[in-house]
Amino acid sequence: MVTGNIKIQNELSEIKPGIGIRLGYSVLYAVLIAVAALQLFPLVWLLFFSLKNNQEVFNLPPLSLPMNPRWENYEKVWSAGNIDVYFFNSVWITISATVITVMLGSLVTYAVTRMRWKGSSLVLGLFMVAMMIPVHSTLIPLFSLFNKVGLTDHPLSLILSYVAFNMPITIMILLGFYYALPREVEEAAIIDGCSVNRMFFRIIFPMTSSVLATTAIINMIYNWNEFIFVNTFISSDSYKTLTVGVQNFIGQYTTDWGAIGATLMISILPILITFLFLSNRIVEGIAAGSVKG
Amino acid sequence: MDKVLSNKKIIALYVLPSLLLILAIVYIPIVLTAYYGLNKWNGIGAMTFVGLDNYLALFKDATFWSSAWHSLLLAVFSGMSLLLYLIVAMVLAARIKGAQLFRKIYLIPMLLSSVAIAQLWLKIYHPTNGVLNSMLESLGFANPPAWLAEPSLVLYALFIPILWQYAGFYILIYYAALKNIPASLEEAARIDGANALQIAWRIKLPLVMEVIKVTIVLAVVGSLKYFDLIFVMTDGGPNGASEVMASYMYHEAFRAYDFGYGSAIGFFLLVICLAATWVIRKLTASKDTIQYS
Repeated sequence: MVTGNIKIQNELSEIKPGIGIRLGYSVLYAVLIAVAALQLFPLVWLLFFSLKNNQEVFNLPPLSLPMNPRWENYEKVWSAGNIDVYFFNSVWITISATVITVMLGSLVTYAVTRMRWKGSSLVLGLFMVAMMIPVHSTLIPLFSLFNKVGLTDHPLSLILSYVAFNMPITIMILLGFYYALPREVEEAAIIDGCSVNRMFFRIIFPMTSSVLATTAIINMIYNWNEFIFVNTFISSDSYKTLTVGVQNFIGQYTTDWGAIGATLMISILPILITFLFLSNRIVEGIAAGSVKG
Repeated sequence: MDKVLSNKKIIALYVLPSLLLILAIVYIPIVLTAYYGLNKWNGIGAMTFVGLDNYLALFKDATFWSSAWHSLLLAVFSGMSLLLYLIVAMVLAARIKGAQLFRKIYLIPMLLSSVAIAQLWLKIYHPTNGVLNSMLESLGFANPPAWLAEPSLVLYALFIPILWQYAGFYILIYYAALKNIPASLEEAARIDGANALQIAWRIKLPLVMEVIKVTIVLAVVGSLKYFDLIFVMTDGGPNGASEVMASYMYHEAFRAYDFGYGSAIGFFLLVICLAATWVIRKLTASKDTIQYS
C-alpha cells in the first residue's frame, strides 16, 4: 500500500510540473540570453566596423558581415601614430604599479594580521577609509604636489598614484586570506629560530600565491584602464598610456570609422585575451573586492 | 613567539612605506583640498586667502546646482537599476545550466576602459551612421533624435552605457550572495507550497539584504563621483546639460584655472560622498541580523 502511494506520487510529480518547469526554464533562459546579447552586441558591432571602410560602414546595414575584412585599418593605426608607444607605456606602468602594490600590500597585511603591535587596527582603518575617498577630490592638490616636486609629466606620478589608490582594495582582498592561514606554521618556524623576514618571504608569501594572482589581476585591470590621472598629469606623448592615447588618436580620425574601430579594438584586445584565459580568477577577484565579508 | 612577532623595526619596515604613500597621495591632498578651497588661486601664482567666499559663490552658482542635480539623478538611476540587476541575478541563480558562462559574458563591459566604452557609444549614438539610429530607421522611425546633442535627452542617453558597463559587476555580486543561501531553505519553502515568486520575495530577498545595502552605497557614491564616461562622451555638454559635480570641478580647475573654486567643489564632493555613505548606512541599518539555521 505504502509503496503504491509513493509510486503514484512519483508519477504525478514527473508528469505535472514537467511542462510548467520546462516552460519556466525557457523563459528564464530567454531573459539570460537577451541580457547576454545586449552585453555583447556593441562589441560585435565594433569588431565589424573596425574591419570595414567608410563606404561599407555608411552604405551597408550596420550588422552586415565585413565581407572583405580590411585588416589594413589595423596596420594603418599601428604604424601611423604613437599607438605602439602608448601600448608599451600602458604595459610597463601597469605591471610595475601592480607589482609594487601587491608587494607592499602583502607586507602591510602580514604586519596587521600576524604581528602584534599597538595601532595596528588604526593603521588598517586608515587604509580602509581611503577606499571611500573620491579620487577627484584629490586631483587638484595631487597635481600641484607633483608639480612642486617636478613629477608632473613623469610616469612616477602615475605609478605612485596607482599604488596608493589600489592599496586599500588589495589589502582588503588579502586580509581574509591572511586571517585564515594556520598559525602552526609560524609557531614551528619561530621555534626553529626563523626570523620574521625569512618566515614572511620564504613561507607565508609563497603560500598566498593564489590570492596574489587574484589581486594582481584586479590591479592590472584598474591600472590598464585608468584615465583621469594620465589625462591630468601627463602632457608629453612619450609617457601617455593607451587610454589617453586612444582618446587623442581618435580625435585625428574624426571621420575614418574603420581606423577608430581598429584603435578601440587594439586597446581592448589585451583585456579580452586576458579574460579568455583568466576569467575565473577575474570573477573571483571582482567578487572578493566588492563586498566586505 | 610574541617577542619575534612584535619586533618594532620589522613592523615599521613593513608598514611605513605604504602608510607614508597613502598619507601623501590620499590624505594630505584631502586636507589640501579643504585648504585650497578657502583661497583664490589660479594654480600657478600666489594664493590669496578669501575665507568662505568660494563656498558662498558655490551655493549661488546655478551651474553647480544643475551639475549636483545631474549627479543626483544619476544616483537615483543607478539605485533603480540595481533592481534590474537583482532580477537577472535571481534568474541566474535558479539552477541554470551555463550560469558560469552567462556571468562571464555579462562581466565583459566592466573590464573595458571607460574611454573605450565612451568612444564606442559615441559611435552607437552617431546621429546618421550609428547602429542605434540605423536600426530605428529600419524599424520605421523617421528622423530619430541626435541623442547626445539634445539637452533634454543627453542624461538619459548617457545613463544607458553606464547601465551597460556595470551590469555584470552587480549581477556577479548578487549572484554570489544568492548562491550562499542554503538550498535546504528553498526546499522547505517549496514543500510548504510557496511558489517561485514568493520564495524570491519572502526568502531570498531578506537573506541578501546586507549585500543589497552594500551595493546601494557603491552605486550611489559611485554615481555622485562619476566622471570618465561623461567627460569623454559629452564633456558636460550640450550647454552644461550633462555636467556633473566631478566634471564641473575639473572644468573649473583645469580649464578655467580657478583652482580655489575647483577645490571647493572637490571638497564638497568629498563631503557629499562620505555623507551619502553614512546616511544610507543609517537608513538601512537593521537591528535584526538574519541567521541561517
